[in-house]
Amino acid sequence: MLTNKIYVALIVFSFIPTIALADIQEFKLNNGLKLIVQEDHRSPVVVSQVWYRAGSIDEVNGKTGVAHALEHMMFKGTKQVPVGQFSRLIAAAGGKENAFTGTDYTCFFQEIEKSHLPLAFKLEADRMTNLQITDAEFAKEIKVVMEERRWRTDDKPQAKVNEQFQATAFVAHPYARPVIGFMNDLENMTAGDAREWYKTWYTPNNATLVVVGDVKTQDVLKLAKQYFGPIKPHVLPVRKPQIEPSQIGERRVIVKAPGKLPYLAMGFHAPTLVDTPKTPEQAWEPYALEVLAGVLSGNDSARLNQKLVRETALAVDVGAGYDSTSRGRESMFELSGTPSEGKTVAELEVALINEVEKIKTGGVTQQELDRVKAAVIATNVYQRDSMFYQGMQIGQLETMGYSWHLLKEYPEKLKAVTSEQIQAVAKKYLVKDNMTVATLDPQPIDPNAKPQGHPHIH
Amino acid sequence: MFFKSVLTLLLIVFSFTANATVKINHWQTTSGSEVYFVENHDLPIIDMSVNFPAGNSRDTKQTSGVASVTRYMMTLGADSMNEEVITNKFADIGAILGGELDADRAAFKLRTLTDEQTKALETFNKILHKPDFPQSVLDREKTRIIAGINEAATQPESIANKAFMRALYGAHPYSLDGSGEVETINAMKREDLTQFYNTFYTSKSAVIALIGDMTEQQARVIAETTSAGLPQTPAVGKLPEVTFPQAANTQNINHPASQAHILLGYPGIKRGDVDYFPLYVGNYILGGGGFVSRLTQEVREKRGLVYSVYSYFIPTAELGPFQIGLQTKKDQAADALKLVNATVAKFIQNGVTEKELKSAKDNIIGGFPMRIDSNANILDYLSVIGFYKLPLTYLDDFNKKVASVTTKQIKDAFQRRIKPENFVTVTVGAQ
Repeated sequence: MLTNKIYVALIVFSFIPTIALADIQEFKLNNGLKLIVQEDHRSPVVVSQVWYRAGSIDEVNGKTGVAHALEHMMFKGTKQVPVGQFSRLIAAAGGKENAFTGTDYTCFFQEIEKSHLPLAFKLEADRMTNLQITDAEFAKEIKVVMEERRWRTDDKPQAKVNEQFQATAFVAHPYARPVIGFMNDLENMTAGDAREWYKTWYTPNNATLVVVGDVKTQDVLKLAKQYFGPIKPHVLPVRKPQIEPSQIGERRVIVKAPGKLPYLAMGFHAPTLVDTPKTPEQAWEPYALEVLAGVLSGNDSARLNQKLVRETALAVDVGAGYDSTSRGRESMFELSGTPSEGKTVAELEVALINEVEKIKTGGVTQQELDRVKAAVIATNVYQRDSMFYQGMQIGQLETMGYSWHLLKEYPEKLKAVTSEQIQAVAKKYLVKDNMTVATLDPQPIDPNAKPQGHPHIH
Repeated sequence: MFFKSVLTLLLIVFSFTANATVKINHWQTTSGSEVYFVENHDLPIIDMSVNFPAGNSRDTKQTSGVASVTRYMMTLGADSMNEEVITNKFADIGAILGGELDADRAAFKLRTLTDEQTKALETFNKILHKPDFPQSVLDREKTRIIAGINEAATQPESIANKAFMRALYGAHPYSLDGSGEVETINAMKREDLTQFYNTFYTSKSAVIALIGDMTEQQARVIAETTSAGLPQTPAVGKLPEVTFPQAANTQNINHPASQAHILLGYPGIKRGDVDYFPLYVGNYILGGGGFVSRLTQEVREKRGLVYSVYSYFIPTAELGPFQIGLQTKKDQAADALKLVNATVAKFIQNGVTEKELKSAKDNIIGGFPMRIDSNANILDYLSVIGFYKLPLTYLDDFNKKVASVTTKQIKDAFQRRIKPENFVTVTVGAQ
């Protein structure tokens, strides 16, 4: 808990309106809660999202999945709002609500007619600090989470490949572990683990409240102070840097699962954007990698689909992907695909690498760059049709430790990328020693086979 | 202490009447297409959706998959532009070509910046007016589609869906798998696609939805051009009526997955059905209302048996499915199914309480602003209203219709329409 002295000092400063750009405004409450408001008056609707900087990245071995399990427990009641009531009250106000957990964050949201924003705030503020996690509710809910894992991962061949891919590509970094958690960890997880997680991370100074909609910023600030203001913060544990050691040779993993089509996932460790670049490369490389992904698979005529699906019919589908932002400051540039019947994952791997090599030697055309730019300009307008998506972007960036100001400069930075820069990042990062390859080896279905793994004991 | 004051309630009512209306303009083009238009200049974008009665239900057993292949192939070659050129034409201006296909409807969608509309519409119209159906592309796509069908045949969710629809609809085209079958895709010829296109993509049956940054005069020109270039063939006829299962049909299919996938149901409702609102509101209480529904409460919240359990009606041109679905660990599949059946039986026998009905209405009515809070959402409503010939006042009347539903109507409608004793039940992968 924060000492009285510091608490008083903070009250003096109250909130600090740090930013006032365009229609987004940012505030910090005296308990450390960050509030970001974007006014959008197109419909009498508001989206409210509470983002906690607590995701699977913060978990430790043996307790994988606890961030997500706690997300489920957040609907299980407080003293004032008993189990089930949260959802009932939001539903009665016509609202939609849910939550999601990622590697970097856990987010709880409501979409609701604008006059009900106080209800959403009241309920979120209540469960930010008053959650009750009973053994009985936990015992039921962890079974739900295990069903979720079976549905999401265990019975989905490509999801299993992706889980193994992460586990192979990362050795030290927590991105090696699945957000949903390993089944063994879920089976052995206790209500105590969930309580410990809640006590550690659920505090206003570890949260960002994002509000987008038909609201007045000053009214939202007033409401936020009214409901969230009284919550006392506590000191967060020191987060140690977890830096993935450099990869020193290619890695391979094979997954066997029932199915017909094989699948190939390849990835290369790649940098992310950083808050304060120490070298010029750190500033532009992530943008060049984004454009590279766009040139390879930004649309159906982009290189991978055009060459490998349409022209040579080597694959039934292919794709490239890269995220320039992450809280762990680790990213992967990924290539993936499914070979056509009669073709092998080995042939597809060679073909994908070949497309990358062509860019390394020949660069990309001005037309290809222009297309990526056109997409950036248009997307920037289209996304304003969705309040929820706008909130997502702001909340993600803030929780990952970037500023939402990145949104402002992002289009310009992408548009500035050159063919030479794309060649440079391809040559630097898309190399074999930095590569992880995971393949799905589909198995014929034996209807009498038992599910793999040891039986669960309850 | 968490309930709204009377004052707030008054404000909500006020805000609905003040904000929640959508002004729809409707007319017919000279070529006979129906147009539904909403003018909105908030964003410099235009959204268009062109809908045809060319959904999966226009397939036959012998041509299964032809609706899907035709719609997709239209985007892969038109007026001598090949697939690469078409994609690039949209990409060059940041326009997005979209579309969808369901049992009744094939749709093409376009989203473009206002400034780029001329170029975007030119390519969009060529796809609609002059599809080439290139033979080499068809051959390649057939191979891809067959690979997908073979893969789906190994996955429990797809296996369950296919068996369920087949058992529920028998000889009706709603029973067919929209992706087609290996044999029918193999046998499909270019002429099948051109014939399908000429028959079902007729201007007389097209419904054009438009929303965004244009005047009505501009919208009229856009719609007129799109409509005029479509095949001027006769209007498309109605689908056959659905016949009801006369006895329970229970199927168990083996699969090694860790979870069993369970689907159960019965033919449900049509668009514009007289029982639509009682069944829709009633289903919210049974299994449509997320965390607060009876099925989620019984199966998930109280017992932790599933991650997801739901029930829904898909209202279509003829009776669409009333479907209940869940996935659960193999060895508890039988218990979970028993619980679902008991919950449904009790619901149909006893109906709902006044309190449940009030909660359902509060959510559905109170949630109305979210249904129309984006151009993308409104575009979809325009398409549905037009395609199913719903009244132009559908959105305005929606809340009134919901508010007028009674507990008696719900019980009566479910008892008349939903017969659990004749349910189709498909379980894939139980122990």
